[in-house]
Amino acid sequence: MPQPILDRDLHIRAIDAFIDPPVPRERAIITHGHADHARSGHGAVLATPDTIAIMKVRYGEDCAGRFQALPFGEPLQIDDVTITFFPAGHVLGSAQVLIEQGGQRVVVTGDYKRLADRTAQPYELVPCDLLVTEATFGLPVFQHPHPQIEIGRLLKSIADQPERCHMVGCYALGKAQRVIGLLRDAGWDQPIYLHGAMIRLCELYQELGVDLGELIPATGMPKAAMAGQIVIAPPSAIRDRWSRRFPDPVVSQASGWMSVKQRARQALVELPLVISDHCDWGELQRTIHDTGAKTVWVTHGREDALVYWCRTQGLEAEPLNIQGFEDDGGEGTEE
Amino acid sequence: MKRFAQLLELLALTPSRTRKLAALKQYFREVPDPDRGFALAVLTGALTFRNVKPALLKDIVLREVDPTLFAMSYDYVGDLGETIALIWPHHGQEGELPSLTDLIELFNTTSKSDLPRLIASLLTRAGINERWAVVKLATGALRIGVSARLAKTALSEMSGVDVQEIEEVWHGLKVPYLDLFAWLDGKAPRPDIDQSSRFHPLMLSNPIDEEKDLSKLDPRDFSAEWKWDGIRVQLVLGGGTVSLFSRTGDDIANSFPDIVENVHGRAVLDGELLVGKDFEARSFNDLQQRLNKKVASAKHLKDSPAFIRVYDMLFDGREDIRTLSWTERRQRLEQWFAANPQTRMDVSEILPFNDWEDLAQQRRQGADEHGHEGVMLKLRSSPYVPGRPKGYWFKWKRDPNVVDAVLMYAQRGHGKRSSFYSDYTFGVWKGNEIVPIGKAYFGFTDEELKQLDKWIRANTLQAFGPVREVRKELVFEVAFDSAQESTRHKSGVALRFPRISRIRWDKPASEAATLEDMAVFIGAT
Repeated sequence: MPQPILDRDLHIRAIDAFIDPPVPRERAIITHGHADHARSGHGAVLATPDTIAIMKVRYGEDCAGRFQALPFGEPLQIDDVTITFFPAGHVLGSAQVLIEQGGQRVVVTGDYKRLADRTAQPYELVPCDLLVTEATFGLPVFQHPHPQIEIGRLLKSIADQPERCHMVGCYALGKAQRVIGLLRDAGWDQPIYLHGAMIRLCELYQELGVDLGELIPATGMPKAAMAGQIVIAPPSAIRDRWSRRFPDPVVSQASGWMSVKQRARQALVELPLVISDHCDWGELQRTIHDTGAKTVWVTHGREDALVYWCRTQGLEAEPLNIQGFEDDGGEGTEE
Repeated sequence: MKRFAQLLELLALTPSRTRKLAALKQYFREVPDPDRGFALAVLTGALTFRNVKPALLKDIVLREVDPTLFAMSYDYVGDLGETIALIWPHHGQEGELPSLTDLIELFNTTSKSDLPRLIASLLTRAGINERWAVVKLATGALRIGVSARLAKTALSEMSGVDVQEIEEVWHGLKVPYLDLFAWLDGKAPRPDIDQSSRFHPLMLSNPIDEEKDLSKLDPRDFSAEWKWDGIRVQLVLGGGTVSLFSRTGDDIANSFPDIVENVHGRAVLDGELLVGKDFEARSFNDLQQRLNKKVASAKHLKDSPAFIRVYDMLFDGREDIRTLSWTERRQRLEQWFAANPQTRMDVSEILPFNDWEDLAQQRRQGADEHGHEGVMLKLRSSPYVPGRPKGYWFKWKRDPNVVDAVLMYAQRGHGKRSSFYSDYTFGVWKGNEIVPIGKAYFGFTDEELKQLDKWIRANTLQAFGPVREVRKELVFEVAFDSAQESTRHKSGVALRFPRISRIRWDKPASEAATLEDMAVFIGAT
């Protein structure tokens, strides 16, 4: 293909703007509110209204010099470049960025998933010439089960051990609200208890129109009242002293990493729930085909395997080793 | 199979020992024979299949999955069985899998040529969790944090029979343990095992703490011997039949026909297997050559003949003498040798000593002049107790050799450590370059492992698959038992039993040891 309109550090030359830059920049386009994509300290931020609301709650009202909100599907013309956001289905407000210039179409996916999720705007396929895709679960060992199967396992565990409290480790942005939504869909209509770190973002989701049912702060509840209940907490808290206030807690965690039992064991997770907000291997492959892209850049995750696979499909592909992103382990990464 | 898969998953993921025991008890109580017996065999590692091996499973998967992607996945997951279970690309209609008993029967009876088709069909029919269990069963490496001892403890708690009593009959039992369960259920008497013709769990020693222990122990109560640097064996002589067991009860007779064909009498003996001519023990390295071979070659038999240096006796003829004192057993042993002359066995000599200072002196001298690993101390009044009882036998190892070496490469660990860079290759200076002298993966705490992992990620020069080359800046104090010349390492030196004794965050790499420094260690052994 001709010289791409995007550099390998996700810099759009013509308008001097960076997508999800790891260091403060004059102009930043932010795909979604997770910490490895949205950082504070940029001059100007272009993002969806939901993402801007999330950034302000997480980092403060003045976490960027100024904000410009761009709703999904509305093209923004800057000189001869057009920027359009399309839903990525990852968390509330998460966007793919379509960049058009001189007839060239480039899509930066940010993080995305294709499975329906009522706490995020549903993914839309965007055809393009160059696709910059994430690869968090870019290995064929990642074949995510349907999330309701996993929620079923949680509910069965509660029914089997009604005397214990179930603590589900979830990242505060996205995963927590998704798990709550899935529980509601599965018919769990009792209050769900929250660790303090979860409260503000759950409130924000509800303000933005996502119904999560009755949520109660877990701190301060009498121990006996928590038997048979569900507590949503950050993964770090469920193995910490904080969890001792609950009756004989079952340590659970909702994450795509949980499919690897040895990893779950290592993290002392007794009930791993394989619930991911990213594409699994099959969905990554399907998306690359569906977009019709002839060139694929791979970032954020197991780049090697996806690049290798793309090449076996006759596509041009290369890994982007974006500085500031740890290539390995992954458990610390929000998803 | 579903029930067994659930048990395996629960055992793998429940950190609490109490809960693991409860799950095992419930399983053994509720599941009928022979399924529960086969499950017990799987958990205790007593089951092996002639034709179903990890390599076969891998072959089957590689017919369906790109080898490069498989290798990348295995590197990430760190466990072969789990990689196979997760990567299997076909998901058919989930059907009922055969029972555990039927599955094992199928593994044992299906012809080699039909096995790939059978296993592929099982993997496709299984749900993810059962697929994991089938693969674990087939590869034999469970890695679920359940020891044979824990399984036996569950049997003991379930039945009220003392676990020591279960251990006593254990090695005479056959899978699927129908007579054992009948006994534990109170429906049959204790299984009748010929006590003098099977493996008996060994008595092990504790390391001595020079400062704390020695002052409390009276030297007159103890007998001392050299600590031999071979492998611990149990020789079961049945008057015509001979079995040779490793310390874990594996039969290793095939590797040592020179011993098996040349020992006589009836007894159960405990000793050290060594190689060398005329009872002159050679280095562990020489023994290693023979251990690596399933069947001994003619050259090995001629150049490195094996012998056993006996130090204890469990059965004298058919008589169980384990309750007698060490002094009495030793006497019996010497009398037995007098009555049954041997060409491939001798008796470990007793080291006379006056006091601990005298013995310490002999220990140092033995290490310096003959490369002895240390001395063993045995309480004269001690019975032969399986396991590692406190206060009876002590090992007093010589002080380790240490060298300051520089970290060169780090590799990700496996299993529990699969997300950490936990295997380290280190080297010493040879002129202006650093050449590798060994590899170690323990000797540090979990906290240090985290720090090392972080340092390695921040100081990587290049990555080759799972291996990272790092800046040659971090110094390890490496302890090792001995050093030998080696053609395998570029440095020409190989260390025996190297471990990281300290991480020298403070020490510059330029002050690490040189290859010339290593020469003294080679001279010493």
